[in-house]
Amino acid sequence: MNLLEMNHIKKSFDGLEVLKDISLTVNEGEVLSIIGPSGSGKSTLLRCATMLEKIDDGDIIYLGEAAAKSEGGKAAYAKAADLKRIHGYYGLVFQNFNLFPHYSVIKNITDAPLRVQHRNKDEVFEEAKELLRKMGLSDKANAYPYQLSGGQQQRVSIARALAMNPKILFFDEPTSALDPELTGEILKIIKNLAAEKMTMVIVTHEMNFARNVSDYVIFMDKGVIVEEGSPETVFNSQNQRMKEFLGKLNAE
Amino acid sequence: MTITDIIKQLSSGMGVTIEIFFVTLVSSLILGLGLALVRMSKFKILSILAKIYISIMRGTPLMLQLLVVYFGPYFIFGIPITRSYRLNAVLIGFALNYAAYFAEIYRGGISAIPDGQYEAAKLLGYSKSQTFIHIVMPQVVKRIIPAVANETITLVKDTSLAFTLAVAEMFTLTKQLVAAQSSMIPFVVAAVFYYVFNLLVAMFFDYLEKKLNYYR
Repeated sequence: MNLLEMNHIKKSFDGLEVLKDISLTVNEGEVLSIIGPSGSGKSTLLRCATMLEKIDDGDIIYLGEAAAKSEGGKAAYAKAADLKRIHGYYGLVFQNFNLFPHYSVIKNITDAPLRVQHRNKDEVFEEAKELLRKMGLSDKANAYPYQLSGGQQQRVSIARALAMNPKILFFDEPTSALDPELTGEILKIIKNLAAEKMTMVIVTHEMNFARNVSDYVIFMDKGVIVEEGSPETVFNSQNQRMKEFLGKLNAE
Repeated sequence: MTITDIIKQLSSGMGVTIEIFFVTLVSSLILGLGLALVRMSKFKILSILAKIYISIMRGTPLMLQLLVVYFGPYFIFGIPITRSYRLNAVLIGFALNYAAYFAEIYRGGISAIPDGQYEAAKLLGYSKSQTFIHIVMPQVVKRIIPAVANETITLVKDTSLAFTLAVAEMFTLTKQLVAAQSSMIPFVVAAVFYYVFNLLVAMFFDYLEKKLNYYR
């Protein structure tokens, strides 16, 4: 089943076209990685998919429900009530974590399920503790974000997103703010989630990781998809731009 | 006249001073938040009006504003001024003036909250008002405490400006007493009163700051 379908997405900032006709599909249980140089539009694509930015044209369809639909060359967004429901289908893990500094770890994780989803308190706390255990943070439930390392903060933010029980989890360069050691921590967690068949869309600069964990890889440059397919296809691509990009990474 | 007598004579004025202080503080903190939100509103006209209001309130003397609030109703609308309106004029003038200062403090605090906080809240499904009340405001309060403490200490001393409208607050009574007794002692008592009052204000804000120090 298609959890997410994005068709012919176009997005410009002040006349600068950042996304030029991007289409992609995310199937249930699939891990999709989006790679490419800085400024290629991959983060913008993620921000459009999660509706932090509005697209100019194209369709965004979650679980068959249109969040935005192209009408006469312009994207028309669904009604607020529909968008609110569709919002519940996905979560996002940010590059800079964006934890709430005034909330303890456990409150960061439980507040939205309680306040937004109005779920049962015992059940939410039970689930949050289980998530913390999975993240290896059982002893940090009452700590505050500033007391945690970057890797720990990112694990809390993954737990916070998962606590909402999203169908799709987006990651926007989840390890870019972390040192190599902490990066490994986070990648391991994402691998475990992939093993549990969590549907994920990951924007990343970690090529080996993208290669190992993904079912499907998209390589973007200058607002277009240059190459896409299975990791083998994309990483062995004969496309000049793709080779240049990987070559530069290998040279480093 | 003993010190005890002086304090007794001034005590009713102290009550009025404390009343002006608390009423102004509460009303201008509330009014100021509203004003800050209007100032930051997407509606350009409202935002500009708020900006002009703040500019005038901060750019003209509080003493002059008190006189305008007191005499304004008569000169503009022909409404006769009653004696009891004096204290109300002082309270209204102070609230209008301090709201402008607090609005700018709130505005600074609100714009210091990173966009990421709003984005995280949006992704988690918080409504706009939930985001503001539960995510943004608590962090704003922590950030603005030092600035609010400063303004509040100024307010304690500014209450003495109520003598402009001959409201029988502490300072008005002190001046009368000094004239009547030809003695400096009432001034000393008044100084001690304001100083102790501000000491308590400062201690309160220190306590609040420490209490909110559980996160960074």
